[in-house]
Amino acid sequence: MLPALVVFGVFVVAPMIDGAWISLFAWDGVTVGHWVGLSNYREALVDPLVREAFGHSLVLVGFYAVLPITIGLFLTALMTHARVRGGAAVRTIIFLPQVLAAVVVGVAWKWLYDPSGPINSLLGAVGLSSLEHTWLGDFSTALPAVGVIGTWVTTGLCLVLFVAGVQRIPLSRYEAARVDGAGPVREFFAVTLPGLRNELAVAMSLSVITALRAFDIIFVTTKGGPGNATTVPSLLIYQRAFITGEVGSAAAIGAMMGAIILLLSVVITRVVEERR
Amino acid sequence: MNTGSFERTATHVMLALFAVLALAPLVVVVLAAMHPSGTLLSGAGLPDSFSLATFRTAWDEGGFSRLMTSSAIVAVTVVALTTVLSIPAGYAFGTMRFPFADLLFYVILTGIVVPFESLIVPLYYSFRDVGLTDSYWGLILPQTGLSISFGVFWMRAFFRSLPPELSDAARVDGATSWRILWRVLVPIGRPAIVTMVLLVFMWTWNEFLLALVMISDQTHRTAPLGLSAFQSRYGVDVPGVSAAAVFVAAPVVILYVLTQRQFLRGMLAGSIKG
Repeated sequence: MLPALVVFGVFVVAPMIDGAWISLFAWDGVTVGHWVGLSNYREALVDPLVREAFGHSLVLVGFYAVLPITIGLFLTALMTHARVRGGAAVRTIIFLPQVLAAVVVGVAWKWLYDPSGPINSLLGAVGLSSLEHTWLGDFSTALPAVGVIGTWVTTGLCLVLFVAGVQRIPLSRYEAARVDGAGPVREFFAVTLPGLRNELAVAMSLSVITALRAFDIIFVTTKGGPGNATTVPSLLIYQRAFITGEVGSAAAIGAMMGAIILLLSVVITRVVEERR
Repeated sequence: MNTGSFERTATHVMLALFAVLALAPLVVVVLAAMHPSGTLLSGAGLPDSFSLATFRTAWDEGGFSRLMTSSAIVAVTVVALTTVLSIPAGYAFGTMRFPFADLLFYVILTGIVVPFESLIVPLYYSFRDVGLTDSYWGLILPQTGLSISFGVFWMRAFFRSLPPELSDAARVDGATSWRILWRVLVPIGRPAIVTMVLLVFMWTWNEFLLALVMISDQTHRTAPLGLSAFQSRYGVDVPGVSAAAVFVAAPVVILYVLTQRQFLRGMLAGSIKG
């Protein structure tokens, strides 16, 4: 097992430490950097662009995590109540976006959202041409448009997780609930939802992490634009480290992002374990 | 309480609707790729004539022979290294007691959630200093490092699930731990190992940011990177770009369709940790 630890140590742990070290310098990546202590972090915290980027991440969490989980729960509840067996084909199809390269997803949706693309022509065809938009080029629609891509990607994961979880809930609990005269809504809140606690935690951590990263899709569809309308922290890291030569600042944002993600996964796991 | 047939039908309709929503964007892209290269498309119409010519043009123009080869080299090497390194490590974590085992395991787990976004800056500058940028190793080593997290986690769970009698019997026959591992346990673990191989292959094949940062020359570009470059160069050629996207997606989608059981099991069980 030593070789595994060495490879992991050199290519994961060392860069983490190295990144934290770089983040303490003002460095352009070429000349010698100089020590600035924590000021990269201080600046990042008050930098309006960084704040905006994290704000966008928060919006994306809504689209990547909250919405897919809601849809997933809703479909699961329907299937459980109507005793529809999860049609393997449906499961395979809804999960498919999850295995695609994010770059492929971005390319596909860029065309869907194109001013002369399928979405606009569909709207035109059903007489809603007034709703046609330059979806990714308009300040007000770009971020939600990118978010919808995330919803499309993660919904399958949530649904598959929940359907598998429901199958582990003992049937007797549903029967008991029905004997008590519970309708579909009460059945969902009394039996299904509590039974899916683990799966909910997993769905939440995975989708929130996906939302916070979200680099590939945004790079391919909008590059953060129009203006900064879809700029997210991962994009800032890329721009600052490799284009504008603010390596220290990029490393600081990277460290903050890593810390937030680690913290979130620990918190989500803890909350679940405590209530178990 | 009896659930009426109306409810059942409504549920089927809902499920069908979501399946269509999941599939439609992909169908639209495949349809676009069937138009002649360079056509100015509008909407999601069917092509006048069924043709695969655009696939050929895009393959040549985008240099996809080389891109797919690069991606295959990187993905296969990462998968092989991850497998060879994770099996013994997972075995050690799963069956042996040694100092700091728990602590080490938690450190390794962090690798499952830590994103490349957080490692990319130091990785790039260290690799530049030792001349690993613009090389396959620049892609292989970091991805192996992160995949090991999942591999160790996954194999540990597998070795823990085995009854200890299995190895005890072999041990009585005088086999060493190493022999027991490769001769007795690994053959039993084929399904678990296959799942790991599939997932690591998918993650590596689909990785974009690392390649974007590490690779600036043409020869080492991976397929997703090539697709992104192709898109920025020929963006108006929607059929061409769509065909290119189909190439990049194809290997993983084919694997997924053929082995969905293992895929889904891995994604589900692999994510339920803690």
